Amino acid sequence: MVSVVYEAPESIQDAVKLLADSRIKANVLAGGTDLIIQMQGQNEKRLVVDVKKIPSMMDAIMTDEGLILGPSISCAEFTAREDIKAVYPGLVESAYLIGSTQVQGRCSIGGNLCNSSPAADTIPPLIVNRAQCVIAGPNGERTVATEDFVTGVGQNCMEKDELLASIRIPAPAANTSDAYLRFIPRSEMDIAVVGAAVSVTLDDSGICTTARVSIGAVAVTALLVGEAANALVGTQLDDSALQAAADAASAAARPITDRRGTVEYRKQVVGVLVKRAAKIAAERAGG
Amino acid sequence: MAKTHVTTTVNGDAMEFLCEPGDTLLQALRNELGLTGTKEGCGSGDCGACSVTVNGRLVCSCLVLGVEAEGAEIGTVEGIGDSDKLHVIQEKFLEHAALQCGICTPGLIVSAKALLEENPDPTEEEARYYLAGNLCRCTGYDKILRAVMDAAETMRGDV
Repeated sequence: MVSVVYEAPESIQDAVKLLADSRIKANVLAGGTDLIIQMQGQNEKRLVVDVKKIPSMMDAIMTDEGLILGPSISCAEFTAREDIKAVYPGLVESAYLIGSTQVQGRCSIGGNLCNSSPAADTIPPLIVNRAQCVIAGPNGERTVATEDFVTGVGQNCMEKDELLASIRIPAPAANTSDAYLRFIPRSEMDIAVVGAAVSVTLDDSGICTTARVSIGAVAVTALLVGEAANALVGTQLDDSALQAAADAASAAARPITDRRGTVEYRKQVVGVLVKRAAKIAAERAGG
Repeated sequence: MAKTHVTTTVNGDAMEFLCEPGDTLLQALRNELGLTGTKEGCGSGDCGACSVTVNGRLVCSCLVLGVEAEGAEIGTVEGIGDSDKLHVIQEKFLEHAALQCGICTPGLIVSAKALLEENPDPTEEEARYYLAGNLCRCTGYDKILRAVMDAAETMRGDV
């Protein structure tokens, strides 16, 4: 049994102070669906800072500027929010795909980010929606774009005394929508073999004016693929444009072979998912 | 290391216990409160045998710390029926023989109740997705689904 010192601060400042002052290893506890498993079999004494008593960590507020997302709100609560789903359907779908009903009751988008798995489902849709990570530390706040947050497998840009305090997602332009698809060999409760998120903005004649494409589980971090987006912009998302985007995504992917899939398979499937996600996003955007 | 004192509500009753801060809620329920209806299967959130509700939300108690129960409302399988009468879901599990070894059963009953509170009229597909986090290695799920769908019908008053 791991030896734990448990603290449940009620403000971001108190949480950061606990992390900064800790002389033992410190972990932030949100839903615990990764952390509590990772602590099993560990002997090193550690501080666990439960951030769920901090109101702003548990809120999700829609404003004219966009979504101010408390990183620790459970996916079950997040995915039940019709107001959020109406604006960011792909992001909500990705949150819904994580784990079982029981895991949904605890897991969070902030936790998904901070666990920094290459296969994290919510990261590609956060990237295409231009989400910004607000990180609180002893010297105040800094903001990092989601595509720059994760730096490696299980690694991210945060220091030990920092806390992911908020996720800010700007309101999308008119006629913009998103979609996220992942491939798993089972029908439920699995980890992405490949994931793809696409956001598109269409003009009145159905021409794509802006696009964002992000792919997951095909590199050490989720990738923002500018070449795939460029292949969509200026087109009506016809088959040749979709194929060009798919080819760009396949070319950008740098997957590994593991028990879930081979390099060749993942490069192929990521293109297919980009095509399909782009079509869904376009339908939602009014194309 | 000093144990932590936790004050909580379990199945509507005020309760308190002492636990190590690293103990899971599952360990606290079973070892400190003697509520052994909640089972440990995998201990890693995959099997759902330890399903309980925390503040009305279905969770795996092996993925919750005991100290997180402070001030919370916990629901376990012991609170599903009355002391002298089984809940409809429990009756239907018996009627349909929806169990063999029984380790998954408490978790499935807690999850089925959460499902039917959220969605009193689920399709079989919706029920299967909702209960996908409750693994049974004996029955093949067919009888479990029949019991849950029958319980749903009875609870809606359709029969």
